Amino acid sequence: MKQEILSRLLENQASKRAFALVTDMESGDQTLVYPDSADGADGGNAEILSAARQAIQDDRSKVHELSGRRIFVETFNPPLRMLIVGAVHIAQPLSRMASVAGYDVTVIDPRGSFNTEERFPGISLNAEWPDDGMRALDPDRRTAVVTLTHDPKLDDPGLEVALKSEAFYIGSLGSRKTHAGRVERLTAAGFTEAEISRIHAPVGLNIGSISPAEIAVSILAQITEVLHRKIEAREAA
Amino acid sequence: MADGNVATGLSLDDDVLNEAAKWRKEGRNVALATVVSTWGSSPRPTGSHLAVDEDGKLVGSVSGGCIEGAVVSEAMEVMQNGKPKVLEYGVTNELAWEIGLACGGTIQVFVEKVE
Repeated sequence: MKQEILSRLLENQASKRAFALVTDMESGDQTLVYPDSADGADGGNAEILSAARQAIQDDRSKVHELSGRRIFVETFNPPLRMLIVGAVHIAQPLSRMASVAGYDVTVIDPRGSFNTEERFPGISLNAEWPDDGMRALDPDRRTAVVTLTHDPKLDDPGLEVALKSEAFYIGSLGSRKTHAGRVERLTAAGFTEAEISRIHAPVGLNIGSISPAEIAVSILAQITEVLHRKIEAREAA
Repeated sequence: MADGNVATGLSLDDDVLNEAAKWRKEGRNVALATVVSTWGSSPRPTGSHLAVDEDGKLVGSVSGGCIEGAVVSEAMEVMQNGKPKVLEYGVTNELAWEIGLACGGTIQVFVEKVE
């Protein structure tokens, strides 16, 4: 690898750009491929460019047989994101654990006494009302959304925006009873049964969690499961 | 892991590449090893990196520690002749007893010099 390619790769990562590094496994020649441009030895090879761009989409690094050569396509996508509605107790361990697992975490809560740097050191905070905050942060298919306030006036606006997005995971804290009420309100707001069924509630895997940190583990475990099952399903298709 | 080929962007490998770039800027010879394929259960997914400098200093990993020693000696050779190399390790490898993967998987590692 040329030092110049390595520096550009690191710059791309720092600026959270999606790209692929294409390596000819025989010669070692390399090309950086972006969704709309390319730079390097195979920058003009349509077959390689299209395979690399598909790989970026699928977030899937692997060896391809292309143009009679063995080509390793390594994808680099910006970190997955987690948007948490509610700067509540559970959000503290969850935001820290998710950061360790590689997520870019933002906590949304308009209540200034909860949403503080002291409670969430190093975590991005958004103090808007959850629908505005969620819209501004614009969840995509590499984003998980978790609502934790179990207060309809805060959770529902955030959920309504999240349900219209491609977020790969949506989860809401609250008992079965709380969730039944939520389903009723969302139905009244015009959401279909299929849309509402995207919400994981009660949130998290059922592992008998009691403390906030344990509940955070169950939520992060469920998000991990959904993430990988979705990738497996995409690969099987 | 059921399929080691799942790359999620969750890799905490950024430090490996940064470290490799830093070593190279300091004028040290550096080789980079990357997991390019895995079969069966293997400890580190495709895209995992290990950087090695001329003194055998390491950062990152390509397995749970089973084959790093072997990869380092190959990396030294790649650093010297500049020719990239594809290595394969697994239970079918004739050296399995010495440097095979305890977990029973097979992995392919691409080793290149940082020039």
